[in-house]
This record gives sequence, structure tokens and C-alpha cells, in this order.
Amino acid sequence: MNRVINDPDQVTEDSLQGVVRAHPDLLVATDHPRVLRRPSSGEAPRVGIVTGGGSGHEPAFLGYVGPGLVDAVAVGEVFASPTAKSFHAAFREADQGQGVACLYGNYAGDNMNVKMAVKLAAKDDVTVKTVVANDDVASATPDEADKRRGVAGEIIMWKAGGARAAEGASLDEVIASAQKAIDNTRSIGIGLSACTIPANGKPNFTIDNGTMEVGIGHHGEHGIAVLPVAPAKEMAGIMLEKILADLPFGGEDVSVLISGLGATPLMELYLLYGHVDEMLRAHNITPRHRFVGNYFTSLEMMGVSVTLTRVDGELDRLLRAPARSIGLSVFPA
Amino acid sequence: MSESITLADAAPIAIDISKAVVAARDHLSEIDAATGDGDHGINMAKGFKLAIDRLSGKPFDLRQGFATIGDTLLGDIGGSMGPLYGSLFTEMADTLDGKEAIDRDGFTAMLRAAEAAIVDLGAAKVGDKTLIDVLTPSREAYEKAVGENKDFAGALTAMRDAAAAGLESTRDMVAKLGRASRLGERSRGVLDAGAASCELILRTLADGLLARLAA
Repeated sequence: MNRVINDPDQVTEDSLQGVVRAHPDLLVATDHPRVLRRPSSGEAPRVGIVTGGGSGHEPAFLGYVGPGLVDAVAVGEVFASPTAKSFHAAFREADQGQGVACLYGNYAGDNMNVKMAVKLAAKDDVTVKTVVANDDVASATPDEADKRRGVAGEIIMWKAGGARAAEGASLDEVIASAQKAIDNTRSIGIGLSACTIPANGKPNFTIDNGTMEVGIGHHGEHGIAVLPVAPAKEMAGIMLEKILADLPFGGEDVSVLISGLGATPLMELYLLYGHVDEMLRAHNITPRHRFVGNYFTSLEMMGVSVTLTRVDGELDRLLRAPARSIGLSVFPA
Repeated sequence: MSESITLADAAPIAIDISKAVVAARDHLSEIDAATGDGDHGINMAKGFKLAIDRLSGKPFDLRQGFATIGDTLLGDIGGSMGPLYGSLFTEMADTLDGKEAIDRDGFTAMLRAAEAAIVDLGAAKVGDKTLIDVLTPSREAYEKAVGENKDFAGALTAMRDAAAAGLESTRDMVAKLGRASRLGERSRGVLDAGAASCELILRTLADGLLARLAA
């Protein structure tokens, strides 16, 4: 295992040290060692946005803290949910008296810890409402959509919720926009190699050389098919077929987000984008918002995910709104 | 043979359980790797090691020992197991509030509280291939033995046997909840990692109490 680390059991703590030193304008430490927040801005009070999740997915989750996005983040161990106390502390940091929207992904641990944290927050009169991302089409059938995992679609959810909060909307309005964003979003990934949790020292799943796993999860959860590695154009076709079967388009424009899973070169992500863009236009679907990069990773896994969002007037406005963070910046037009 | 154990005498059991989990770090991770992401042993060991550190060098009884384990898991270990086992130990500790000793009926209350904590949080049922497949049959076997007028030691032995059988029962189950559920049929044929840690905890607890009852 050739890695840039010290003690494998301390990678999360050690990495957080670097993050706050590198980006003091975006992220500051708090009294809770596993919670980071935006520096105080002096802006008018508004709804606070919180997210959280396991480490190893950088720039998710902490990389989406910033103006127009997330206010505070709870940081878990590698691939493990943050604690209830971390989420609770993040709620306190983000609350400006207007309530907190906790926008997170659908995993057993996160669900439990957020549930406990919301109860703790209620005791200090902080109102927290939640949206749970479930955009991964490969993780359950449509009739069990509530069991689907949250993956890179979470970025679209944070962007919509964060932009709505910045507009001064109420907590219910922020929640409604974030929910609408995720309801109109579908993702799927293809894994090309396994990844190793540093504290484990060896991968806990395998993707044989020459094969690809369609529908791989962000922690190596099994997908829906293991196939011989196909040319990028065929990968694009496989992924779009799954997404478009699940999310019918009726003339709306689309947001396309392509994320590498950690070890796939950006060059290849753009190569894939070209095919996705071309195929969408062949379906009379126009990519209006385009994001290509390492937005939501899984340590050093090779592979890629594609996320499509049906964009109406409201989501178009929210995706267009200015934002700045490690993972995503949108500049004023 | 005595029928109750003072909480002070039982205190080292909290350390025994923690040490057993720390020692099972790699074993639990290997089981987890078959269906999950292989970090079960790591996170459990990290939490229980921290609990040992917090308990070392000061006097405590079984209630305080369990409360410290519960606080540590809730506060410092995330994932699914932090809240689940954190609540389990916290709720077990609460049943000992104001008591000097643990006896057969006190242990019934403790087991019921442990099971309720998990059910409330995780919504798992028997057959879902989770730690409930150890916890519920163990609680039932214990209560059945009590109903048959077995003594504390007899009921503990029944519980320990049921825990082992419960763990083995997960081998042929298909996971319904948590990360392993994504595997569907492919989760069949291997034990559940949470069930394995639960069996280890109940076995170590039973063995510790049995040794003191026999003394």
C-alpha cells in the first residue's frame, strides 16, 4: 500500500489539519474536532445548511462548505458515518435562528446518527429538517427507491438547497428545493479497480483486471453487472440507458455531472463527457449545466459516475447562482 | 452458589468485553469484508480501546463501566455501530441505576433494554441478518429459562447458547438492512459481522457473570 499517510488509524484527523490550513477563507475548525464550518460572514441570518458523511470521498463532504453551498459539515471516519454528536454540533454551528436543513445521503449509519442528532437539537430548540439523497439507480429498483444510496447527486442537492438559503428562503422552502433537486436527479457509477481503507491495509472487494463493475457503490458495494472493460463510448451508453429508463425526459434541459472515483485521469472524464453530451443531444436532451471533475470520490478507486438532473426554471436558477467551495465554484454570469 | 453479584465485583466484565472486542479486531473486519466494507472490527476496536483508556486508573462499577462504553461509542464512533452499540450499553447501564447488585431479574431488564435500544434505532427484525438475530433469541432464551425457574447461572447459560445459535443462523440469511443488503442473495453463506460482535459481547458478559456466580 503506497500512500501519503502517517498512522493509518489517524488519516482523517491528519487530513483535516491540512484542510483548515489550506483553506482558511472557506473552512474553520470548531470546538468539535470533527466539525468544520464557514468563517462568520456578517451576512443577514438565514437557513443553515449542514451535511456530513464518511471521509475518503473528498472533496465530498467538507469540500462543499462555502458561500452559496453548505455552512457546516460533520466528518466521519473513512467510509463511516459521523457520530450523532458530530451532526448535532454541526447543527449548532450552522443555526442562525432560522432552522437548519440537513442534506445527506441514504446510508444506514448516517440515517441513525442524523435521527439521533435531530432529537438532540430539538432539546436546544434548533429546528432541523432533512432531505436524504437517493440518486443511485443501480442500488435498488424504482419501487424500492427509498433504499437507494445517495451518491454524486448530493452535490446538486447541496447546490440547490444552498442557493435557496442564500436567497433568504424559509426552512420549508429550502427543504422543498433540495428535495426537488434530488427527486429529479439520477446517478450511476462504473468501477474499474478496488480501493483500500488505509486502516484496513488491503482492499475488501475486488474488481478483476480487464473487468468493470456497472453500478458500483461508493464503498465498493456490488453493482448490477460485471462486464469486460468496454470502450468509453459503450460505458456512456450503458450508464445513460440505466438513467434514462429511470428518469423520463419530457423536453426539459439537463444538468450533467461526471465525477471520477479517485484514480481515473481527468482526461478520461472529459473523453467520457464528449460521448455523454453527444448521446444526450441525439435524444433531444440539451445539457444546460455541465460539471466534469473529481466531485465525489472513493479513495483511489478507478472509475467514473454520471449524474443527470432534469432542470426546470427553478433548478436552473439555483444551479446558476454564485457559489464558492473547494469542490465547486460557480461564478456570477 | 450465590444468586447475585455486586456491581463493584462485576466491574471488570466491562473491561473484559472491551478487551475481547479489541482482540477480535481483524476477525470482525474479515467477516465484514465478505458483505460490507471491512471496517467493522476497526471501528469497534477503536471505540472499545478508547473506553478502556477512559476507565483505566479510576474506580468504577458495572453501571459506570457500561455507561462509559456507551458514551464513548456514541460520541466517538460513527458508522452504524457507534449509535447501535452506544445506545445498547447506555440503556443497559440505565437499568442498573440506583442498584447495588445484578441478579436474575435485573439481568432480564438489562437484556430487554438492550434489545429495545437496537429495535428503536435500527428497525431490524429477526431474519434480516443483523445483530438482532443474536440479541432477540438470546433475550427470549433467557426469559424462557427464567420462566422455567432456572437459576441465574442456568438462564445465563441458556442465553449464551442461544447467542451462538443465533450467530450461526445468520450464515444462511439474506441481508435485508444496512450495507450488506445491497448484495441480496450474494450475502448468503457468510456470517453477519454485527451478529458476530453481538455474540462476542453477550458471551463475554455471560462468562464473566458465570465465573463470579460460581466463585
